[in-house]
Amino acid sequence: MNIRHASALPSVAAPDVSLAGIGLTRRALHELHAAGSAEASAALGCALVLLQAFAGGRPMLWVWHEALEREIGRPFLPGLADLGPGTQPPVLVRVRRTGEALQAGLEGARSPAAGAVLISLWGPARELDLTASRRLALATRASGTTVLLLQAGAAAAPSAAETRWQVAPAASRALAAAAPGPPAFHLRLLRHRAGLQQPECCVDWNRDDVSLTLRGRERPPLSGAVVPAARLRAGAAGGDGLLRRAG
Amino acid sequence: MTLADARARVLRLAVAPIDDVADAALLRRLARAAERFTPLVGLDPPDGLILDVTGCAHLFGGEAALVQTARATMHRAGVSTRACLAATPAAARALVRFSRLGRVAAVDQAAAVAGLPVAALEMEPEVTQALLRAGLRDIGDLANRAPAVLAARFGAEIAEKLDALQGLQDNRITPLRRPPDCLAERHFAEPVGDMACIEAALQRLAGDVGGALERRGVGGRRFLVTLFRADGAVRRLTVETGEPCRDAAVILRLIRLKLGSLADPVDPGFGFDALRLSAGRLEPVTALATRLDAPPLADDSLSALIDRLGARFGREQVLRLCGYDSHDPDRADDSVPAQEAAEPPLMSAAPSGEPPLRPLTLFDPPHPIDALAEVPDGPPLRFRWRRVVHEVARAEGPERIAAEWWRAGPAAPTRDYYRVEDAAGRRFWLFRQGLYGSDPGLPRWFMHGLFA
Repeated sequence: MNIRHASALPSVAAPDVSLAGIGLTRRALHELHAAGSAEASAALGCALVLLQAFAGGRPMLWVWHEALEREIGRPFLPGLADLGPGTQPPVLVRVRRTGEALQAGLEGARSPAAGAVLISLWGPARELDLTASRRLALATRASGTTVLLLQAGAAAAPSAAETRWQVAPAASRALAAAAPGPPAFHLRLLRHRAGLQQPECCVDWNRDDVSLTLRGRERPPLSGAVVPAARLRAGAAGGDGLLRRAG
Repeated sequence: MTLADARARVLRLAVAPIDDVADAALLRRLARAAERFTPLVGLDPPDGLILDVTGCAHLFGGEAALVQTARATMHRAGVSTRACLAATPAAARALVRFSRLGRVAAVDQAAAVAGLPVAALEMEPEVTQALLRAGLRDIGDLANRAPAVLAARFGAEIAEKLDALQGLQDNRITPLRRPPDCLAERHFAEPVGDMACIEAALQRLAGDVGGALERRGVGGRRFLVTLFRADGAVRRLTVETGEPCRDAAVILRLIRLKLGSLADPVDPGFGFDALRLSAGRLEPVTALATRLDAPPLADDSLSALIDRLGARFGREQVLRLCGYDSHDPDRADDSVPAQEAAEPPLMSAAPSGEPPLRPLTLFDPPHPIDALAEVPDGPPLRFRWRRVVHEVARAEGPERIAAEWWRAGPAAPTRDYYRVEDAAGRRFWLFRQGLYGSDPGLPRWFMHGLFA
């Protein structure tokens, strides 16, 4: 009789989240970069959508560097509510320095209570070196929390992040009477630990299911079964056949 | 005698003007230093302190030793004192001011008080003169007289004061600080300067306080650590939790986070004499019955995380956003400390399928900009913000938000909000304050927020 210990059974992995066709693993550190203050609010919107997707209903922590307030303003709750139906506001931690922001993020990453943590920084962070990001990555693996690091107004430093994206705003699809449509972003994958590549693409914000839809991937409605487009949603792996997902 | 006279008698006499405010501040500081002996310390202005040391004397090796230690502490703080310990506050006060006794046991109190002069009653000078002229020199003489006779001759107050002095009427002192609900303290034989030893002592105190709270069936939400330095300085640290807590490990962890995050680190100086941990804001806690073989309950709830972040960064820095029902954007949301707030429900403004109507971030106050727009209520065609000119590619509006007339009055300006997108894809929330033609002065344009 072969009795297996509970620890030897394969654990059922939570479904991963995919962004623009690339799968993002849950227990990892992911980075988003914005070149300057003009791109910072676009990157923040992307980051908040990803935060909701990774948390999956569990509590979220948002570490807010106060220097961002001068650049893009303070977080506004009705705007967060407009992210989509059923979004929950995260717990906000305001810090004055980047070192404190990283400490708060680490505390959140180590706690199994938080589903996902977003650390939003402005400017160059001296404390964010390879050691600090590796510490964050290890903490996410131990506790099952995902950490998103948003850096605006600074050059990308070497880090132990799983993926690194650059976000910039893109022109939205106009509604009637030249009204601005749902927000759109240019995404560029700067670095992936498994070596995957992705050309620059444009995503639209889909408010109803809080997801980012790739532009140019939607197919016209067919009679009969509709083929779903590659979209960012918990539960659907991003498989469009072009990219091989490692691990 | 006059100042010139005094200067003539003593060369190099130090002279300073009377400063009542500084004297009062010094008295309060000494009261804080005296808290190491008992939590019940009251002020006896202008130059005295009353300490209620009922039940504290054994910690210092007896009443005489307590009086000695108190005087020595005050001496180290740079103040010379006279002290007297008695059974009632009024008697102690009179004895210390009008006699030379250091310590009076309860049985001897009547005799000691009888030996005090009548000036110890602290009546008006005319009444004291009248008492002396009547031949009544000390309290013992007065004690033999019938109180009704004295009250008829010298006023009703004299009977009350006499009762208080003799111990027939016992008043309690009014302490400076409300005594804590639950406390544990540790006095060191010698001043301790090493922070590691202080933390070890705090660990034991946390265990004692946790045990006391558990026996009462309550948990504390506010823990105060008081460190008494050898030279009289006192340092206080407060730690708050969102849920009532009595677990020693959790309390100690929060205190350690607080110690590590102080902007002005704790300076031992010549060492700490005493350490006190008190618990406040007690609330009932239901005890959980765990199985013998179950693992210990992990400290992993969201409120524990919020407490740790609050201890590290400050209670006001860990916030929850909550919404209010107001169409004025500046008043539509607010942030409250996360330890106080429960999770609020969220409201959504735009109907499904529509782009967001409210920006992700808001500028407080709005930034003034220069904009070019069609009169009377067209969206801006071009605007300049932070010295960058933006050409508007798409715009939607106006959304008219009038000021809340019940708050600001009827003359408050109306705002017309526009959602605009420039050629590069950046999305802004602008408003024009004032209407063309109706309000005096040209309407002004402002940038209020940014969309994603």
